[in-house]
Amino acid sequence: MLNERVINILQESFFKILIPGITYTIPLTLVSFAIGLFLAILVALVQVSNVRVLNPLVKFYVWIIRGTPLLVQMFIIFFGLPSLGIMLNSIVAAIIAFSLNVGAYASETLRAAILSVPAGQIEAGSSLGMNYFQVLHRIILPQAFKVSVPPLFNSFISLVKDTSLASSITVTEMFMVSQRIAAKTYEPLALYCEVAVIYLIFCTVLTKVQHRTEKWLKLEQG
Amino acid sequence: MLQIRNLRKKYEDLQVINGINVDIESNKTTVIIGPSGSGKTTLLRSLNLLTIPDSGDISMNDSTLHFGEKQPLQKKQIIEFRKKTGMVFQSFNLFSHRTVIENIIEGPVTVLKKKKAEAIQEGMALLEKVGLAEKANQYPRQLSGGQQQRVAIARALAMKPEVLLFDEPTSALDPELEIEVLEIIRTLVKEHYTIVIVTHKMGFAKEVADHVIFLENGNILEQGSFSSLCQSGNERINKFLTSLQ
Repeated sequence: MLNERVINILQESFFKILIPGITYTIPLTLVSFAIGLFLAILVALVQVSNVRVLNPLVKFYVWIIRGTPLLVQMFIIFFGLPSLGIMLNSIVAAIIAFSLNVGAYASETLRAAILSVPAGQIEAGSSLGMNYFQVLHRIILPQAFKVSVPPLFNSFISLVKDTSLASSITVTEMFMVSQRIAAKTYEPLALYCEVAVIYLIFCTVLTKVQHRTEKWLKLEQG
Repeated sequence: MLQIRNLRKKYEDLQVINGINVDIESNKTTVIIGPSGSGKTTLLRSLNLLTIPDSGDISMNDSTLHFGEKQPLQKKQIIEFRKKTGMVFQSFNLFSHRTVIENIIEGPVTVLKKKKAEAIQEGMALLEKVGLAEKANQYPRQLSGGQQQRVAIARALAMKPEVLLFDEPTSALDPELEIEVLEIIRTLVKEHYTIVIVTHKMGFAKEVADHVIFLENGNILEQGSFSSLCQSGNERINKFLTSLQ
């Protein structure tokens, strides 16, 4: 099976797949995660602070996003919205879908992390005369952040792999490129295994970053 | 300095504080004793507004807070009051993500808007006072319970409060660690801070109290000097005091 021809194809295709990984997969992941995390912080804060009017809205948002498949959401945004006159570039559509997704899931992570901060910590802040925002900013969020690092990395690693779904709305990321090469060379097994290995490399690097971050947080702050 | 008038607090159907009137005198040590569930901690927490009473008044110096009015208390009023009342908790509650010195300067810098350098200087002096200057850059988890409570006392002192409130400050400590915390409180008593302590340590209460309040079922059963309480002839109080000594 691993004859010379296949080895040649694998060698030639490696960089052809890796390059869209660097130009599409990684930026897509980073941008979507950054926007998604920002959204998640807002959503979690609205929920724990029980902001009127907004609270039911964000609950509805989390319900919709978590209750429907990501792939279907992407199709609605990219193929569906043009019927309403909203034409989006495929990359923009992918970023919107991924950000909304991260926002919904990570908001639950953050909400749980915020609620895990012991009441005594909050009382100690209040007893000094700190107002709600000072307690939130100086006491609750730094402690909640630490708790939420491992599950947030989980979402981050998931997102790296989920970007492969963008191929279905015409984004020429790694998986799309490997599909094309597989179709041309009639070597689906080799090509799909190759792209799987590249995803694995990306995620392994992230796992290392996670371990480093956790170690650093432990050293830095109890 | 603190006048408490007709203070009431109810949790669901339980009347925890039932119309309490007390005067806390300046530069004196007031000790609150009484059986579990008598409302001691609720009364103390009311003095820091961590618990907001349902009705009644608390006056400090010339400003009075009225509870249970149609207009709820303004946040600013609550914060102003808390700045003047330093709280030391049973479970220390040091900020776990901050070093010892950061714990101490948090209030002065964030709330009182002091310059950081100045706050650190004052904070180090307070750490010196509680004998923990060498622990300034350690995290709370690296300290023993007794040391954590001493830092918590320094943190409360850093706000230069008008009154210091202690909620069973040694209940979470082993007997040997208790001694070092009681020693610090003793020093503060000698320095004539205005202090209110909730405690079960009758020996300590007898030693430091200028005024003792005996609470039961949310009411003051008796108050006065420790010896007057012992001689009050109230069977309930005698039984309580002898059972703990």
